[in-house]
Amino acid sequence: MSNKTYQAGVKDYAATYWTPDYEPLDTDLLAVFKVVAQEGVPREEAAAAVAAESSTGTWTTVWTDLLTDLDYYKGRCYRIENVPGDDTAFFAFIAYPIDLFEEGSVVNVLTSLVGNVFGFKAIRSLRLEDIRFPLAFVKTCGGPPQGIQVERDRLNKYGRPLLGCTIKPKLGLSAKNYGRAVYECLRGGLDFTKDDENINSQPFMRWNHRFEFVMEAVHKATEETGEIKGHYLNVTASTPEEMYKRAEFAKSLGAPIIMHDFFTAGFTANTGLANWCRENGMLLHIHRAMHAVVDRNPMHGIHFRVLTKCLRLSGGDHFHSGTVVGKLEGDRQATLGWIDLMRESFVPENRKRGIFFDQDWGSMPGTMPVASGGIHVWHMPALVAIFGDDSCLQFGGGTLGHPWGNAAGAHANRVALEACVEARNQGRDLEREGREILTEAARHSPELAIALDTWKEIKFEFDTVDKLDA
Amino acid sequence: MTMEAYGPTRTRVETFSYLPPMTPDRLRAQITYAIQQGWNPAVEHTEPEKAGSNFWYLWKLPLFGEKSVDRVLSELEACHRANPGHLVRLIAYDNFTQSQGTAFVVYGAR
Repeated sequence: MSNKTYQAGVKDYAATYWTPDYEPLDTDLLAVFKVVAQEGVPREEAAAAVAAESSTGTWTTVWTDLLTDLDYYKGRCYRIENVPGDDTAFFAFIAYPIDLFEEGSVVNVLTSLVGNVFGFKAIRSLRLEDIRFPLAFVKTCGGPPQGIQVERDRLNKYGRPLLGCTIKPKLGLSAKNYGRAVYECLRGGLDFTKDDENINSQPFMRWNHRFEFVMEAVHKATEETGEIKGHYLNVTASTPEEMYKRAEFAKSLGAPIIMHDFFTAGFTANTGLANWCRENGMLLHIHRAMHAVVDRNPMHGIHFRVLTKCLRLSGGDHFHSGTVVGKLEGDRQATLGWIDLMRESFVPENRKRGIFFDQDWGSMPGTMPVASGGIHVWHMPALVAIFGDDSCLQFGGGTLGHPWGNAAGAHANRVALEACVEARNQGRDLEREGREILTEAARHSPELAIALDTWKEIKFEFDTVDKLDA
Repeated sequence: MTMEAYGPTRTRVETFSYLPPMTPDRLRAQITYAIQQGWNPAVEHTEPEKAGSNFWYLWKLPLFGEKSVDRVLSELEACHRANPGHLVRLIAYDNFTQSQGTAFVVYGAR
């Protein structure tokens, strides 16, 4: 089609990239950004600039634009909305044609959507609030290596959340002392123990020594309790080659699950490791260290729900979600929004939970949310009510800090968990009757009684920094 | 409270095995819940020494569509009477998730 002629110079972005009449296609990748433009820049121009700079555009026209069909490839801003309660910011909805992205690559999607555009001068601040991945793209991604259903079947655990614990102190234990702590937790009633995210292979405990002692502990606790146990062996390493070496060794020792710090290691490493886990029948636990650097500021960065979607596509069977009730950030409605995004096969738009788009996951397996950080037995009723059965509740200090030690601490948590599940199934309101439910259960468990006594005064009542715009 | 030693590890049988043994009322409440969820009850049993296998003996076929708590209870009892030394567990098949909504041992846990 030769109906266009070349005109050098700078053209307003809005002339090309602001298309309010556009009806997004089912195959389009949709994104919503919260934009604060520099003073004097009209909303439409700023929104169009975001669409342009995150897709096909550059600051000036170039003659090679005419060698392709840019109307087919360009991203378009198709809607602008006010941000409730904030005059300075607005939401820009942008549609990207699916052919802008390599199949199966969340890396490629992020490099486009949150690449150069975040440093763009005409924009004062920019936050990627949500992405709708078209099902056609979802089907090209591997997703969680096993998924919730396979995990339950492999572990033979049904009708309740799983219980875990991060071994502390975070750093400094020898491999044998570390294995001792693992053994006590698992024999006391936990399903899993966990490496801390920053345990890799430091001088005080090299990775292979840790793996050997920990797996002896896991196997012994499994044999003694008759229940399947696991420990998230952190295989995060400085190179992919080293990461795979550690994963292979974990497999050779009979480990059912390994662990990865997906954000510091990167999506390429994570997707590769998820593929390895799928091929090797291994569960993959994902820690989110570094996420708060990009997702905590309400005006600039990437919302955690976007990271959640990207992680599910890249692959992970467990993913840290925040606790709502513990020491870490996370508003309740927003958390319910992103745990839906981890587990459900279809999540409808729901602005009350910060969900901007319908998201169809097709047949992609679900990721199990992990609630971890500053929680103890008194939080158990609320955690079971908020997270439901398909979750992993992790009590680090809340297990190891028990006055009688790890096994008793684990036992107390297991009793509390089962009492809450039983009470919920009986139709009792966990959040209102939590105190009575736990107190009744403690009558049959001195381990729980003393745990309730130890932690009853601890509360976490800081306000949430990042609230939903509503 | 003075410090107590945590004793030698005991064999457990997953969900609810850290609570006191089920009483008839508590058992009835759990079966009611499973039926309300739309799950299909089933009964399985095994010799204790084979409990580690994924595949226990299925007692008859799952009770597809069964809404009567009494009927489920009577099958659990019948299985227990016929296999007095065995572990007997209730399973609730969830055909939406292709998983088990719950599963717990009713007889023989300790």
